[in-house]
Amino acid sequence: MSEIETIEKEALGAIEQAGDLAALDAVRVAELGKKGRVSCLMKTLGGMSPEERQTMGPKLNGLRNRVQEAVEARKAELEEAELEKRLQTERIDMTLPPRAVPEGRLHPVMQVFEEMAAIFGDMGFTVAEGPDIEDDWHNFTALNFPEGHPARETHDTFFFHPQQGAAPKVLRTHTSPVQVRVMEAQKPPIRIIVPGRVYRNDWDATHTPMFHQVEGLVIDKNIHMGHLKGCLIDFVKEFFEVANVEARFRPHFFPFTEPSAEMDVKYRKVGESIEIGEGDSWMEILGSGMVHPNVLRNCGIDPDEYQGFAFGMGVDRLAMLKYGMPDLRPYFEADAGWTRHYGFRPWLSPSVAGGLS
Amino acid sequence: MKFTLSWLQDYLATKASLDDILATMLKAGLEVEEVEDPGAKLASFTVAKVKSAEPHPDADRLRVCTVDTVDGEKQIVCGAPNARAGMTAIYAPLGTWIPGLDFALDKKPRKIRGVESSGMLCSTKELEAGDDHDGIADLDGKWPLGTPAAEALGLTDPVIDFEVTPNRPDWLGVQGIARDLAAAGAGRFLDNPIKKVEGSYQCPVEIRLDAPDACPIFAGAVVRGVKNGPSPDWLKERLKAVGITPRNLLVDLTNYISQDRARPLHAYDAAKLTGTVHARLGHEGESFEAIDGKTYAVGEDMCVIADDSGVIGLGGVMGGQSTAVSDETTDVFIESAWFDPLRTARTGRTTGIISDARYRYERGVDPESCVEGLNFALAIIREYGGGEVSAANIAGSPPKRDMRISFDRRDVARLTGLEVKPADLKKMLKELGFVIEDAGEAWYLTVPSWRFDIEQSADIVEEIARLVGYDKLPTTSLPMPPEGRKVMVTPAQARLRTARRVMASRGFLETVTWSFMPKAHAEMFGGGSEALTIANPVASELNQMRPSILPNLAVAAQKGFDRGEREMRLFEAGPVYIGDGPKDQRNVVAALVRPVAERHWSGNVAPYDATAAKRDLFALLAELDQPPERFQVDAPRQPHWHPGQAACLKLGPKVTVAHFGALHPRVLKALDVDGPVYGFELNLNALPMMKARATKTRPVLKRSDLTPIRRDFAFVVDEGVAAADIVRHAASAEKKLITGVQVFDVYQGTGIEPGKKSVAIEVTIQPEGETLKDKDIEAIGEKIVASVAKGTDGVLRG
Repeated sequence: MSEIETIEKEALGAIEQAGDLAALDAVRVAELGKKGRVSCLMKTLGGMSPEERQTMGPKLNGLRNRVQEAVEARKAELEEAELEKRLQTERIDMTLPPRAVPEGRLHPVMQVFEEMAAIFGDMGFTVAEGPDIEDDWHNFTALNFPEGHPARETHDTFFFHPQQGAAPKVLRTHTSPVQVRVMEAQKPPIRIIVPGRVYRNDWDATHTPMFHQVEGLVIDKNIHMGHLKGCLIDFVKEFFEVANVEARFRPHFFPFTEPSAEMDVKYRKVGESIEIGEGDSWMEILGSGMVHPNVLRNCGIDPDEYQGFAFGMGVDRLAMLKYGMPDLRPYFEADAGWTRHYGFRPWLSPSVAGGLS
Repeated sequence: MKFTLSWLQDYLATKASLDDILATMLKAGLEVEEVEDPGAKLASFTVAKVKSAEPHPDADRLRVCTVDTVDGEKQIVCGAPNARAGMTAIYAPLGTWIPGLDFALDKKPRKIRGVESSGMLCSTKELEAGDDHDGIADLDGKWPLGTPAAEALGLTDPVIDFEVTPNRPDWLGVQGIARDLAAAGAGRFLDNPIKKVEGSYQCPVEIRLDAPDACPIFAGAVVRGVKNGPSPDWLKERLKAVGITPRNLLVDLTNYISQDRARPLHAYDAAKLTGTVHARLGHEGESFEAIDGKTYAVGEDMCVIADDSGVIGLGGVMGGQSTAVSDETTDVFIESAWFDPLRTARTGRTTGIISDARYRYERGVDPESCVEGLNFALAIIREYGGGEVSAANIAGSPPKRDMRISFDRRDVARLTGLEVKPADLKKMLKELGFVIEDAGEAWYLTVPSWRFDIEQSADIVEEIARLVGYDKLPTTSLPMPPEGRKVMVTPAQARLRTARRVMASRGFLETVTWSFMPKAHAEMFGGGSEALTIANPVASELNQMRPSILPNLAVAAQKGFDRGEREMRLFEAGPVYIGDGPKDQRNVVAALVRPVAERHWSGNVAPYDATAAKRDLFALLAELDQPPERFQVDAPRQPHWHPGQAACLKLGPKVTVAHFGALHPRVLKALDVDGPVYGFELNLNALPMMKARATKTRPVLKRSDLTPIRRDFAFVVDEGVAAADIVRHAASAEKKLITGVQVFDVYQGTGIEPGKKSVAIEVTIQPEGETLKDKDIEAIGEKIVASVAKGTDGVLRG
């Protein structure tokens, strides 16, 4: 047996015998290290004649490569075995609970505001806002509630203390004053909705002293009452996410619209919940009308040139109807259990194309 | 407003069914609230004939009756003392629900003291149709067997209740209702004008109008020798049907005419009047006892009726006790006047009197109806109370109103999209009482005197639209504006939406709490000004506009905890109020945590604290595109924060954007909230708006190929030195290359002398252009140490 064969046999044997990575590395150094046996043999190539080198070169290179490969192969084996061994010790009971992540929720009223805005936004409306504390002009007079008119009394207004001869400020009783603010500030065409808090001095099972409205206003040259009907029927269908809504409009009285209309929709009771759209009963859902010429004049708009419609709806009640919340009162109680139950997930962002709810 | 179908038919010739009438009311804007068919609940009850009534063998007070009924001959045991052979009675078959007793008869015959009884003979009280409780209903023998009980008891007249909108006081009379329903197609209007009642002598009561603006017309007449007693049955029945208790003829007839023609009247006992009757303004110091028994102070703004004895009535509001009619009244003076609506409303509000007259006068009574109303009253008195009628004494004249308006009939199509033929327009308007002068496109209309709501063309359009029916209007989807859709929300609104989603995603429950709170709470949180105090709060503890949302959240968190909730994390994004002007409202995001330490098998977790509140605030700011280095942290500027564990966030020296940290324990105690409680309040209005960019393209990403170098330093400083100052001075040592400074340890204790602390920072150095050599890095390190030492007296920890 030549020296090369002997070394190869011994080296491969030692590699095979190496029981761990450290032992394997010792073998590698002993054979392939700077002063290793294989390395030393390789160095003898330099002193050989070209003829010898031609025969011995391939042999020695072959030896080195085979030993190297054997080391690599054994190394992989040993690493695998070591990993297996470690994994045996790395055990967690994966049925244990993770750390709790508190879950937040969005309030239904705020979500429903966004649902409504999404629908009207799709019809070309933008969102306008105004202050909760209003003056008499914007809340009443400009809206064609003359002073002393009994229609004012129906509003159960909250007043602030009067200051120096001026009529007392009020908490706005509806979102309609924002109509006035927008028309005072902006030339038609106008197409806005106004979500917001409104206030009336009334507190019982179906009324809270603060509640929410969405107001709408469309002013242009050719907008007539047929558009009011079409717009609101389209809205109700989208909002309740039903294909059909049987709706009717009835005359009513609001000082700031002429003609005025209330809108009713058909519904039926199914167990505890209510299905909107079809059924055996009518439910009033909003008030609307063509903007009164006096209101347009009060805002500096010529009623012979421009006309349009306005509407206002109670958001809290519509949210109750859509989502089957039985009672209005917990809305404002910051009740955690109620909010977790009726609230919405944080990233549910309503859109007409992507779904409202 | 209630009326009965038969009453309506006084003024409406119609074959329409009840349902058709109701549908027409709805179409015309008379919103029906309730229809009570008094016969409906009596459907099972019928007329029966008692053939015999024998004593019960085992009970003295019971009778065993043999009764002919719709169901054949029945044996019925009856306890009524008046049960007798030959009687016409009301029979309830087995199983019937008895409304007055609120129970149902058994479905099978029942033995009463051993005798079988198959049904029941009823009293009117048991049917809720009367109050005879001495025995069973004893009907006129004329009613044949099987007649529905409702018919025999005269309960066939449905009562309709509807909402009268404030613009239509003429609907407060049955006549006015009929006029509208006729115009809307439900029948033919019957005007039923009242004939003048001729008096046989001059009215002995003088009338003087001293305040013609307040009371421009007052018609009166006397009837002598009246027999005031119960009203005739038809009148009593009508009043009862609409919920008015009959008293005596003179009172009832004024109520009746008010309900019938929306014409309030007042009846005075003429014997109790002294001297001339004046309609004048009140005098300071006068007072008056009204028929409700209360005494009211009279104001100089009020229109009063007075005679020589003083004030005897508040015009259009309420009459007085001293001259009221009674059952003994024989001479009556009837007032039929007109009072100014605004003044009447003011008097009503000042005195707090709620009366039928006030309700009508403040909405508007037809000023032309004074004389006819008076005649109506006189006719009824003469017919049912007898007596001698005087001539009418008519003082003044109806107020002058401009009742002529122009109407452009093209407005109908312009405003409603509806085409209506001129002939139809004319017909409808005439039926409503308008007088039309046709001048081509523009018409001139004279508005009927009972209407106060018609001023211009648009008002006429509404009349037409409602009479045609809103269902006949086109339904047209709103066309897109030619310039297309706009972004629906402003950047500020979008920011509020984002803020809400960030907070909810960080585990907070969104709340919506009252905009008002107890004044005491507002005062603790920097509010409470008089301008923001509600004069008429719904409850005394909801009387002040909120300067902060935090007290509401703190109280709610405590309430939740008391109810068994664990950690409460609440937020609200909504308004606070710093003044009563239109620009004094701020949108804030308030978040609050009432912590409960979480227990976990891997080791307890540090509970929510002031720095956690800071983390939530800064996470929110980051999502709102507000880089943290924009802000400075400083001592709290509001007194409701913990002085040592809270801070404010400033944007330059003047603008405070937010406060965060722990709420002050003293404030929590006053709120009755167990601390500690942490949170923040961020004023969204104070945050700078991101500038709108001209293009959506993002700037090019600049990134170095060279690896950043990180070095740690620990400085020993006085314990009062803010960590942020160390960071700031370290960062400014080499502004170009230092890209980050992070505090990773704060230490006090062994090895650090008392009053000092060690603050360790990691500095990130980003080489630019070429790799830094060791000596360059060392030089930067020296600069950092020098800069921190200069700025904070900090010494590098050995």
